[in-house]
Amino acid sequence: MPAVLLLVPALVYLIVATQVPFLMTVYYSFFKWNLTIPDDRPFVGFGNYLTLFTDSQNLHVMLNTVVLMLSVVVLSVVIGALIALLLNRPFFGRPVVRTLFISSFLVMPVVTAVVWKNMLMNPVFGFFAWVSQQLGLPAVDFLSQYPMQSIVAMVTWEWTPFAALILLTGLQSLPEDQLEAARLDGCTPLQEFWYIVLPHWMRSLEVVILLETIFLMQVYGEIYTSTSGGPGISTTTIPYFIYQKAFAEYNIGLASAAGVLAVLFTNMVSSVVLRIIGRNISGGKA
Amino acid sequence: MTTTLPSNRAKAARKDLLVHIKGSLLTVLTYLLLFLFLFPLVWMVLAGFKTEAQAFATPPIFFFTPTFENFARALETYGPFLKNSVLIVGGSTLLAFLLGVPAGFTMALYPGKRTKSTLLWMLSTKMMPPVGVIVPLFLIFRDARLLDTHLGLILMFTTINLPLVVWMVHSYISEIPFGIIEAAKVDGASLWQEFFQVVLPLALPGIASTALLCVIFAWNEVFFAVNLTSSDASPLSVYISSFKTSEGLFWAQMSAAATLTIAPVMLFGWFAQRQLIRGLTFGAVK
Amino acid sequence: MNKLYAVSLMLGLGSSAFAATTITIATVNNPDMVTMQKLTPEFEKQNPDIKVKWVVLPENELRQKITLDVASKAGTFDIATVGTYEVPIWAKNGWLEDLSAQFTKNPDIAKSYDLNDVLEPVRLGLSYNKKLYALPFYAESSMTFYRKDLFAQANLKMPVKPTWTQIERFAKALHKPEKGQYGICLRGLPGWGENMAVFGTVVNTFGGRWFDMDWNATLNSPEWKKAMTFYTDLIKKYGPPGVTSNGFTENLTLFAQGKCGMWIDATVAAGFVTDPAQSKVVANVGFANSPTGPGTPRGSNWLWAWSLAVPKSTTHEAEAFKFVTWATSKEYIALVAKEKGSWASVPPGTRNSTYQNPEYKKAAGAFAGIVLDSIKRADPTKPTKDPVPYQGVQFVGIPEFQALGTQVGQYLAGVLSGQMTVDQALKQAQTAAEKVSKDGGYQK
Repeated sequence: MPAVLLLVPALVYLIVATQVPFLMTVYYSFFKWNLTIPDDRPFVGFGNYLTLFTDSQNLHVMLNTVVLMLSVVVLSVVIGALIALLLNRPFFGRPVVRTLFISSFLVMPVVTAVVWKNMLMNPVFGFFAWVSQQLGLPAVDFLSQYPMQSIVAMVTWEWTPFAALILLTGLQSLPEDQLEAARLDGCTPLQEFWYIVLPHWMRSLEVVILLETIFLMQVYGEIYTSTSGGPGISTTTIPYFIYQKAFAEYNIGLASAAGVLAVLFTNMVSSVVLRIIGRNISGGKA
Repeated sequence: MTTTLPSNRAKAARKDLLVHIKGSLLTVLTYLLLFLFLFPLVWMVLAGFKTEAQAFATPPIFFFTPTFENFARALETYGPFLKNSVLIVGGSTLLAFLLGVPAGFTMALYPGKRTKSTLLWMLSTKMMPPVGVIVPLFLIFRDARLLDTHLGLILMFTTINLPLVVWMVHSYISEIPFGIIEAAKVDGASLWQEFFQVVLPLALPGIASTALLCVIFAWNEVFFAVNLTSSDASPLSVYISSFKTSEGLFWAQMSAAATLTIAPVMLFGWFAQRQLIRGLTFGAVK
Repeated sequence: MNKLYAVSLMLGLGSSAFAATTITIATVNNPDMVTMQKLTPEFEKQNPDIKVKWVVLPENELRQKITLDVASKAGTFDIATVGTYEVPIWAKNGWLEDLSAQFTKNPDIAKSYDLNDVLEPVRLGLSYNKKLYALPFYAESSMTFYRKDLFAQANLKMPVKPTWTQIERFAKALHKPEKGQYGICLRGLPGWGENMAVFGTVVNTFGGRWFDMDWNATLNSPEWKKAMTFYTDLIKKYGPPGVTSNGFTENLTLFAQGKCGMWIDATVAAGFVTDPAQSKVVANVGFANSPTGPGTPRGSNWLWAWSLAVPKSTTHEAEAFKFVTWATSKEYIALVAKEKGSWASVPPGTRNSTYQNPEYKKAAGAFAGIVLDSIKRADPTKPTKDPVPYQGVQFVGIPEFQALGTQVGQYLAGVLSGQMTVDQALKQAQTAAEKVSKDGGYQK
């Protein structure tokens, strides 16, 4: 049996399951179609795309998406790396600590947003408000004064364990004798990190960054529940924008056009990210 | 020589002490970080045991007599949703693996000219924001009579997870030293033997962590679950949504429901992650 | 496992052998609906041939789900919970069963149901072309809640019919942020059904309107400017922090926890703030009418009814009609009172008979009168000082309004959080409204 046949089921499944709806979306994007006005569905050509391109606000929405994605990727990788390094040394209770650290990644985004919005960041009842009052500081109104930072904090909280987990598994395949040798040569911890740990981490980092890039471009549940994209449009990202068009306005034509553009945009961003992290997905054996 | 010995010894002792202090500080830092990451969750679980009035009291209440009323109420409707979640998440993970593992295996060991672009294309199917395709999907589901069925969501979540499975399995198998597989081929192993006896054991930790990710993503998916099911096949993400209300104050109720929703995947994640890291430490022989 | 499966299969067969029809009801997770869900066994006892299945979701998710389902005629739901905004639009689309016809077909139900007992403005709001398309489960208007104790301390007296100017003066006197006490709580959370519901009534009573009779957008008028300047200044000066995240629920929390001197919001909150299980201020809540502004008393309080409608895509319209008329009947209201042990928690705002009931008067006397008056006063056909071509007090009854209202709500929130000036906000809002009247083909 030729090995390539093993690829066929997955390929066929994905083509059918993703391309059929996608092509339908492309088709809808050429119509003016409001779900609540059923009998009026004129063909408008590239009209919907034109609407998206001519509204300067949409530039802001794209920028928000990238800012959110980049901030979370950077923060979660840096904090995740720190956690991975801390967890890779022996200390009392290590197995339990390691196990517990993954917890925040297991929480449903909607739950995260509800808990953070109401129980932590609420300027009157929130726990953070109480802490800052104990410190003699005024309560901060996170979601309206620092909306994007608040969303970044929530999403980073969710995704840091993911980075930490993958980086930790990467660390554990690092042969101990290499580190020993480096220490005997009188390497400082910084040199040790730079010349031994980091190069070994490249593959794990690539996995983390690429996957996070793709997943984080789709973040919307947290925004939906906590800020509804506001104040103004300061936390409206592409997926949330599409949500608004499709379900707050029932403008299916425009939402479809935005969906098609989102695919192109995400492709673009992730290929740039790939280039920045220096390597490319290796096809088969490197 | 003899005069320098004691001072050397003292130096060594001082160095030991420094290392020890540094180690303790790092351990403290680890626990501190863990506390910060767990706090939102702990706070939520605690709120589940409070009365509604206690849940948003200012200043926050840390010590209280727990009430089990919220959990009792939340448990009333919990069962069917849990059953649906387990069925759907299990089914979709299984299906994604049946399709994805052979594909990843083939692409890693028998790469062709198009392997790289196929992989990238598969990943790119994840770049469509779910809300962008919900209308076509809903119509397809309606016509295929898949609305509110387990099979429907299993197919949906398989679509979501399949690219991840292929990509990660491919990446883990690619890391297996080429020599081991070559040796098996020279020994005249068939494709099946090669897969089950050589590759699979070596890639197992990686495959296990992929399964863990699939379960987490499927468990926590809200958007498709809410829109493609209504009652018979609704998983826990719909259950938790049904506790959100725009009228009334139900933080404690919500917290109890959220705790119940994330508890199974949390326990699973903790357990699987311990196994995973153990597997990885054993597996890191190459 | 196998055994369990067999048992459940048998149970399944058992119930289908009984030939019961299952109807699926989609509803919002509000306390009154939760009660309805709990009382379902009573209905099933009276109608052994009908089984009821529930789909409960929060408002936004529910609306999107039902719309998708009904618009694509998927037929998942036999009964849908909809509001006064959707009913005329959906009726026009041919998505809802004409209930007037059902009443004619079922004279005995019509007789016991007593349609004339249902409050007239509510009936009007649920009709299209003189035909009724939904029955009200509970209805609400807006009114002023205030703290009698704080007013007494500050030597203030809340009139029964306050004006916004008076409210501003009171808010100033009551605002003590250092004590965690804020002068006034109002909605800032963007959304056509959130901040725009309250702000919409302010615009009305300041003399503004969304469109003139020729569908020209009028958001650049001096009335809008005055209204928005007033609303945002009032909140910024005398409101709690974080207003742009505050909708109904958040404000209810604030008020029930004793953080607000005043609160202007849905009348349905009266039941919650007087419930000791939820509220710390039960004994000190005062009630007054929604404030009026300098323009007109019209449209100063809104009208909303959560209602049960039967989508055209159902195949069980007879069973659905039975349930709908049961859940909105006088008997149902009495049943809730009996089950809950209190008349204060019956679904309000729908029937004259509720307000004439001496037991209801006793239990909800503090606010019942104001609620009834407010609902009766709210006229969705004449919401503004100058005539308008649309229906709706706090909304414009066209499909595009959800989008427009939410967008303008975002601009309002932008002003509240200091990212925009009133002029910038209104300029963009005007552009958006002009686009709606032009693209929607309203402007001839």
